[in-house]
Amino acid sequence: MQEPAHTHDHEHDHGDHGHTPHAPPQPDEKIHSYYQVLGLALKELLIDKGIITADEVRKTIEFRDSITPATGAKIVARAWTDPVYKARLLADGSEAIHDFGLDMGGTHLVVVENTPAVHNVIVCTLCSCYPRNVLGLPPSWYKQREYRARVVREPRAVLAEFGTQLPANVEVRVHDSTADMRYLVLPMRPKGTEKMSAEQLEALITRDSMIGVSLPRDR
Amino acid sequence: MRGPHDIGGLEAGPVDTDAHPMTFWEKQIDALNQLMAQKGYRRTDENRRYIEQLGHDVYNTLSYYERWAASLSRVLIDKGVLTQDEIDAKVAKVRARLGQDAG
Amino acid sequence: MPEFTPGTRVRVREDFPVGHIRTPVYIRGREGVVTRKFGTFPNPETLAIGRDGLPAKALYEVRFRQADLWSDYKGGAEDTLDMDIYEHWLIKV
Repeated sequence: MQEPAHTHDHEHDHGDHGHTPHAPPQPDEKIHSYYQVLGLALKELLIDKGIITADEVRKTIEFRDSITPATGAKIVARAWTDPVYKARLLADGSEAIHDFGLDMGGTHLVVVENTPAVHNVIVCTLCSCYPRNVLGLPPSWYKQREYRARVVREPRAVLAEFGTQLPANVEVRVHDSTADMRYLVLPMRPKGTEKMSAEQLEALITRDSMIGVSLPRDR
Repeated sequence: MRGPHDIGGLEAGPVDTDAHPMTFWEKQIDALNQLMAQKGYRRTDENRRYIEQLGHDVYNTLSYYERWAASLSRVLIDKGVLTQDEIDAKVAKVRARLGQDAG
Repeated sequence: MPEFTPGTRVRVREDFPVGHIRTPVYIRGREGVVTRKFGTFPNPETLAIGRDGLPAKALYEVRFRQADLWSDYKGGAEDTLDMDIYEHWLIKV
């Protein structure tokens, strides 16, 4: 499949660098340009050799795109309204999500519940482990140095950068996902939502509240 | 005594909370990575090891998915699936098609 | 290796081998409490070098007090950090 002509919309860890159209490319640009091309080259070589097909690549991307935070929100909303399901979810998240046609593949889902006493926050300091099979792909910040380095050491300061403040007497519990367990935060159901439909509840449950850096919307 | 990835507890700047939606290129690298795992070409922990062994300079120069592309190229060469020559030739072809300079 | 039952106080081994290790440097030498066992899993350290990861290793959730991890911790006094740690990185205290 033909790629568009040379684009610069690739992600950088270290902030953007300016381009002027007629200046020679700086070394960093050449490196990023090389890696952009390398990625495409690897894909094409693997297709050339019949190891993968273009169709498989397309289907894999489509499948990934089909799972979004709305998927996780459905699970949380059901847990909020169905105490039996909530108990199943907390006891064995990998099994409970089968009800939604979801599967963790080779990893395991551990759902951790926020309570008035405990607020959970998830990170993978070593890489970017994330419950992709229920939330989709992780946000950019989750994979970057600033979050991974600081949230284990100063979680409340990091939460404040997301606009989240918690009382000092609430235990902030950070989970560093170092193995095969993938964590999903079950946020507390906001007060005043007792009469809401499932769809209305789902709209309150944000991706960031299921990572733990934010609270759910309350309306 | 840390690998470039082992950064828990280090000092760092403010979190960039902007969305930065994934580009199509990144989605392709993500998909390649997943397919190579599914097809048994490399384990997750092998992939991680290759990324960790990029060294501090490379790890911190490349973006997240560029590291995955680097790791994937190396693991496939080491396992005899691709050769550097094949990769270099394909890189040249792709560059030509995209209208980039070779240098 | 004997089990670490929930409630057991453990210390993370203070060794610094090179290689693919899933026990971050910041937790080495630190003491915490086992909260649960997740089961046994192939060892990522040997999976990383193309081996089969066997014999499988027990994986434990260990809870640490943040005040014990960081001398300058400014958050809540009850704040904690949970980490999933393989048995061969843990020593009973």
